[in-house]
Amino acid sequence: MSDAMIKVALIGNPNTGKTSLFNHLTGLNQKVGNYPGITVDKKTGICKLSKTQKATILDLPGTYSLNASSADEKITIDTLNDATNEFSPDVAVVVTDVEQLKRNLLVFTQVKDLEIPTLLVINMADRMQSRGISLNIPQLEADLNTKIIVISSKLQTGIDDLKEAIISYTSLSTERCISAGKIENNTITHPELLTSLSAIELKKVQHRETIIRYQFINAALKKSYKIDRSKASDLQAKLDRIFTHKIFGYVIFGVLLLLIFQVIFEWSSVPMEFIDGAFGSLADWTKETLPEGMFTNLLAEGIIAGLGGIVIFIPQIAFLFLFIAILEESGYMSRVVFLMDKIMRRFGLSGKSVVPLISGAACAIPAIMATRNIESWKERLITILVTPFITCSARLPVYAILIALVIPSERVFWIFNWQGITLMALYIIGFAMALLSAYILHKTLKIESKSYFVVEMPKYKVPLFKNVAFTVIEKTKTFVFEAGKIILAISIILWVLASVGVNEKFDNADAIITESVSKNGFNEIQEVSLNNKVIRFKQSLADEASEAGKTITAQEINSAIAEKTPEFRQAVIDDEISALRLENSALGTIGKAIEPAIKPLGYDWKIGIALVSSFAAREVFIGTLATIYSVGSEGDDEEANTIKAKMESEVHASSGKKVFTFASGISLLLFYAFAMQCMSTLAIVKRETNGWKWPMVQLFGMTAIAYVAGLIAYQLLK
Amino acid sequence: MLTVAELKKGEKAIILDFPVDTIPLKLIEMGCLPGNEVMLVQTTLFNGPLFLMINGSNIAIRKDTAKEILIEKIV
Repeated sequence: MSDAMIKVALIGNPNTGKTSLFNHLTGLNQKVGNYPGITVDKKTGICKLSKTQKATILDLPGTYSLNASSADEKITIDTLNDATNEFSPDVAVVVTDVEQLKRNLLVFTQVKDLEIPTLLVINMADRMQSRGISLNIPQLEADLNTKIIVISSKLQTGIDDLKEAIISYTSLSTERCISAGKIENNTITHPELLTSLSAIELKKVQHRETIIRYQFINAALKKSYKIDRSKASDLQAKLDRIFTHKIFGYVIFGVLLLLIFQVIFEWSSVPMEFIDGAFGSLADWTKETLPEGMFTNLLAEGIIAGLGGIVIFIPQIAFLFLFIAILEESGYMSRVVFLMDKIMRRFGLSGKSVVPLISGAACAIPAIMATRNIESWKERLITILVTPFITCSARLPVYAILIALVIPSERVFWIFNWQGITLMALYIIGFAMALLSAYILHKTLKIESKSYFVVEMPKYKVPLFKNVAFTVIEKTKTFVFEAGKIILAISIILWVLASVGVNEKFDNADAIITESVSKNGFNEIQEVSLNNKVIRFKQSLADEASEAGKTITAQEINSAIAEKTPEFRQAVIDDEISALRLENSALGTIGKAIEPAIKPLGYDWKIGIALVSSFAAREVFIGTLATIYSVGSEGDDEEANTIKAKMESEVHASSGKKVFTFASGISLLLFYAFAMQCMSTLAIVKRETNGWKWPMVQLFGMTAIAYVAGLIAYQLLK
Repeated sequence: MLTVAELKKGEKAIILDFPVDTIPLKLIEMGCLPGNEVMLVQTTLFNGPLFLMINGSNIAIRKDTAKEILIEKIV
């Protein structure tokens, strides 16, 4: 046996347990990459077949046949049909579900036509007895001209037999199972027919071909497959009576969604605070440990802060994908697709758009990738274009601080308060805008695309932990790496722009502030900032004492504060210096240059900088404001309060009026609700639509909507 | 001629024929073939998709597709 890797491709209908089998074979040894030139994920993994023999396993997207109708299916055909493809397999393993054998064998007969060594895996053997299924394996092997392995990926039986069969793949039959003459115009063996025939002719040919294949399969199964229908459980039907009920179905879905979002916010707050704190301390530690200088600053303020901005969203994204994966694995999601199709179709979307739209609440990047199973290009494109309107987790920190700033926290109707209602309203606005723009796109886009809807509702089952875990890890990784690269790059660029001065004020910021403070003393804002530092210090002293079980006197506290005060004063001055620097940096100049354009929306140049910098990723907004309002040195929970205090006292230089009023706050909230402030999403849209046209339409369209919404809000409310 | 769109909840029928050009190929691939049995399991609000059981598989299709599939009711 050679030491070279055997290349194995897993093929099969959706819901046959193909991915389960892949996970069993490869364990954590898997990689998700992109097929060269095609925008579909490929999952590969390494499997140890024996002590000396390993195999590369390629998990192809689930497909009902080799006649491509969605992007996911096309990849399977391209990989199998092209012998020069680097993933072209040595052996094809077709995975089938014992309960759906007839339907699952269609793709098997097509793979056999390609005359490559083929193994037939019959999965879910654990269900055979309870469903009254009996199989004559030797007979079926003879009729289909193949080796058959019976496995149960749930009980993990038969996996070793499969590995052995793969090792001796050279002995597998490469003969077709349907004799060559039976199907005239076979599109599998004559792929040139796909382009030479007209669309209608091709469809007719493929229809006839499919029917002949089914005739063959029916004849083969008649001899060797027996099913006793009386033993089929009716639990499935009972579940469907509830979950797809005309009224209860929608109620259950609504309640589930609410529950999921509620739980996500509750569960993720703890790890998010922890991550926030950890990155803050890491930045502080870097600054204290490494020698002072440009590189240390870049590391602490650019790179670590930038990474923190990505990592903080991991808990929310992971939890949302956990729930989505459970809903998908259990079979429930297909019922949602069924329930929602008609409603979504009014807006030019498909029932299948529901999953991307829900996923968009975590992050638009994996959500847009989830549109690949929508067959109609028009429906898929509209889904891709409107998904970024859904409130993603990156908008939350921006919303949180702006709401705290301009919305009163008074309670209404006993349990609600205005701030909570505003947040809720922002989610609803995002969703409504997604639907509205979908409707407009539906009416205006002139794309010929047949819209049809054929969805299989898989059997309900208890999700396998392993599959759910792999999905969550994979999707979260995609987010971290896709978004991470860009956020990191932008953080570095921003940091550089903020560290390059354009005039002498930048270089002499130190002297200017020191002189002004020694002449005039602290102004009001500086006093507030100093006071905040003292209060926090006092609290930490009290906490330390109580932790150690000691009591601390007022006198001791006061003397400790007196001792620390010069340090705090210096910190306030340092903050002020960095603020002046920023104003006179390249970044500050950019902010001032765009001020005329954003003035009608109620923003000043400082908000302008934050807008420009958060263009790459919304979450950068808060970090930029923190720097602009000179609170960069405080890296913990209090930061928000301090930024808030700073923002509250911020006034327009020309008029002396407050910058953050109800009007400008609402204007900003709406701007962030609608604007396409996310480079990573643009990059993914470019990849999924194969060009710059649609990401540009999205960018300019969404920014225009955001601008107009902000303008109207400000002009009406001011 | 009756079509799948005219079935009532719980009713069963045998598929007779359908126009080859307009029926989605995917539906045929899933086993929606002349001679097979079809049952209407569930409907949705506002004339949405139909939930069918064809040949032991649960499949949802839109009403306009259902109108293309000719059937003969099983009594």
